[in-house]
Amino acid sequence: MARNIQSLERAAAMLRLLGGGERRLGLSDIASSLGLAKGTAHGILRTLQQEGFVEQDEASGRYQLGAELLRLGTTYLDVHELRARALVWTDDLARSSGESVHLGVLHQQGVLIVHHVFRPDDSRQVLEIGAMQPLHSTALGKVLSAYDPVAHSEALESRRTAFTDRTVHDPEAFEQVLDLTRARGWAADVEETWEGVASVAAPVHDRRRMPVGAVGVTGAVERLCPAGELRPELIAAVRDCARAVSRDLGAGRF
Amino acid sequence: MTDAHTAGPFIAAIDQGTTSSRCIVFDRDGRIVSVDQKEHEQIFPKPGWVEHDAAEIWTNVQEVVAGAIQKAGITRDDIKAIGITNQRETTLLWDKNTGEPVHNAIVWQDTRTDALCRELGRNVGQDRFRRQTGLPLASYFAGPKARWLLDNVEGLRERAEAGDILFGTMDSWVIWNLTGGVDGGKHYTDVTNASRTLLMNLHTLEWDESIAESIGVPMAMLPEIRSSAEVYGEVSGGPLGELLGGIPVASALGDQQAALFGQTCFSEGEAKSTYGTGTFMLMNTGERIINSYSGLLTTVGYRIGDQKPVYALEGSIAVTGSLVQWMRDQMGLISTAAEIETLALTVEDNGGAYFVPAFSGLFAPYWRPDARGVITGLTRYVTKAHIARAVLEATAWQTRDVSDAMTKDSGVELTALKVDGGMTSNNLLMQTLADVLDAPVVRPMVAETTCLGAAYAAGLAVGFWSSTDDLRANWRRAAEWTPNMAAETRDREYKSWLKAVERTMGWIDEN
Repeated sequence: MARNIQSLERAAAMLRLLGGGERRLGLSDIASSLGLAKGTAHGILRTLQQEGFVEQDEASGRYQLGAELLRLGTTYLDVHELRARALVWTDDLARSSGESVHLGVLHQQGVLIVHHVFRPDDSRQVLEIGAMQPLHSTALGKVLSAYDPVAHSEALESRRTAFTDRTVHDPEAFEQVLDLTRARGWAADVEETWEGVASVAAPVHDRRRMPVGAVGVTGAVERLCPAGELRPELIAAVRDCARAVSRDLGAGRF
Repeated sequence: MTDAHTAGPFIAAIDQGTTSSRCIVFDRDGRIVSVDQKEHEQIFPKPGWVEHDAAEIWTNVQEVVAGAIQKAGITRDDIKAIGITNQRETTLLWDKNTGEPVHNAIVWQDTRTDALCRELGRNVGQDRFRRQTGLPLASYFAGPKARWLLDNVEGLRERAEAGDILFGTMDSWVIWNLTGGVDGGKHYTDVTNASRTLLMNLHTLEWDESIAESIGVPMAMLPEIRSSAEVYGEVSGGPLGELLGGIPVASALGDQQAALFGQTCFSEGEAKSTYGTGTFMLMNTGERIINSYSGLLTTVGYRIGDQKPVYALEGSIAVTGSLVQWMRDQMGLISTAAEIETLALTVEDNGGAYFVPAFSGLFAPYWRPDARGVITGLTRYVTKAHIARAVLEATAWQTRDVSDAMTKDSGVELTALKVDGGMTSNNLLMQTLADVLDAPVVRPMVAETTCLGAAYAAGLAVGFWSSTDDLRANWRRAAEWTPNMAAETRDREYKSWLKAVERTMGWIDEN
């Protein structure tokens, strides 16, 4: 067995000690409880304090558990909350782009569609909420793979089916696509999943800048790429929408 | 790209609501260009009493109009008209010489006129004026609120009879102030707002003198009843006069009627349902005034200029979104309202549990004040997730109850239900709604149907849009849920729901 890291063990013991009840403890209490020299205990506490795991009461100088610990346990963003926050912005994106809008999150090895706004024409369309899309070939999936490390490893480990001639499935080429996605802040899928269909997507972040989903438009390749290239104003509209949803979730401007 | 936001012209709509006043600027496609909003104080002088400071409201209205115009980066030349929608029934009396309210406005939820309404029912009961007005004698409506003010504000009745006092719902207050106030402000109301006073005859669309006399409201203080879409006057005077002077004030609609208009429910049988803390469902009944035998309200849907009026049936459900809030705040089963869907989706069905939220009795179509809420069908098998399902199903079944009553009264089958309001983001609820109604449920692309309705009516009045067909062409489907439930399942579940409803009745003993 590999040797454990002593300072981490001591830090864990401190957190347990502070979590043992509704109490604040002074430096000497902590040091003596754990059989540590004061200087050693102080060094660990200062580090924990910088990370937000421990807070020091200004008046008494005593220590208590920090807010960051609470946040660790409750950062999970409910996808239905995400949909509720995205509703107005995705409606507006569908309206301005004239195309259908999807909002997706990582689920198992794919993209789960959690919200879908119809293309604003009078055609019959079927609500696709609950459907799954592949991670490696769709614009939503590429955005998630580029920004979310869990999605990234799922995409690399799973089988990347070549749905069309244009699907990027080679691991190195796929990594390049993700690098490009991160550099540009958006991803595209031009007939890589379905013949004749193109899409553009951008990431949605929460207040801690964590990637929580992706939003994008999907439509006929002739409309999205009239001259063989994606229309720049479409990309701008998708990114505006993603930023607006992120802002609504509390993410700062970026 | 159809983005033409920078190119005008535009229509501005004011929504003078219960908790806030808003102004939204719309473009020709009915898309939102800018929004400004300001909340006002809710005043609770006694239990059951709710008031608003009308002067504060007028200040806020001016600010949000100026704010929305500024955010849109446009000037008066870009605005073709201003429309108004408002919280219905909230009642104000003011002095026409000074422009000052004589008392706070009495808000629609205020129950101080309960006893007065019972007294006004005399030996006939609450349906005494239903045939003429379409309404039961209930504390919501404006007429008895005006009577209360006349009885309880020192010297007011004399001033009213001398012709110094003006009565109005919030549409009248906003129109009067926008068009100049003490300097020639127009004292108007529209037919939809007038149809919520208990004072207007639905057949003649005029004040009913004998009812006004019975309720004790002098005719002299009543505003002139106009259509919902016509030019009432022009913006004049005050800071708004400087900013927007000369712009036509061209529509007024009660909020639920405005939503019906914004959802473009222009044909008989078309219905909309707005899902907020409570739910309001309105069905267009065309030129027919349908007398309800199921306890629904008969009301004016809208009237465009001198065209024939369009009537509607209205059913309201007291507890829908507020049941989800109750699960969050009182029961602590969820931490945000959206989580109800997450919890409900962890199970396949309600596990046999039903929740009837008759928190303050049963309303349309049952009208049983002696009822109280129940959760029934409980076994060891039932989990909190099943209860979450039952919570969402309660909203769907209550809608079914109201829609069945509408079909019974009107003879018109619901072909599709247009929905709006906050709860439409709940996908499971919308699917359940389609399943239990056995009709498609459709969500439009503009969530702000209330303001949009006021903007549409104002735009029609000034020729910005040429016809209701023009407006229909603007309507965009954002999502549609189609029924996906076997008929026998639906019938079985409905039977269980009705049994659960029965269990709520008779809980409160007659004193």
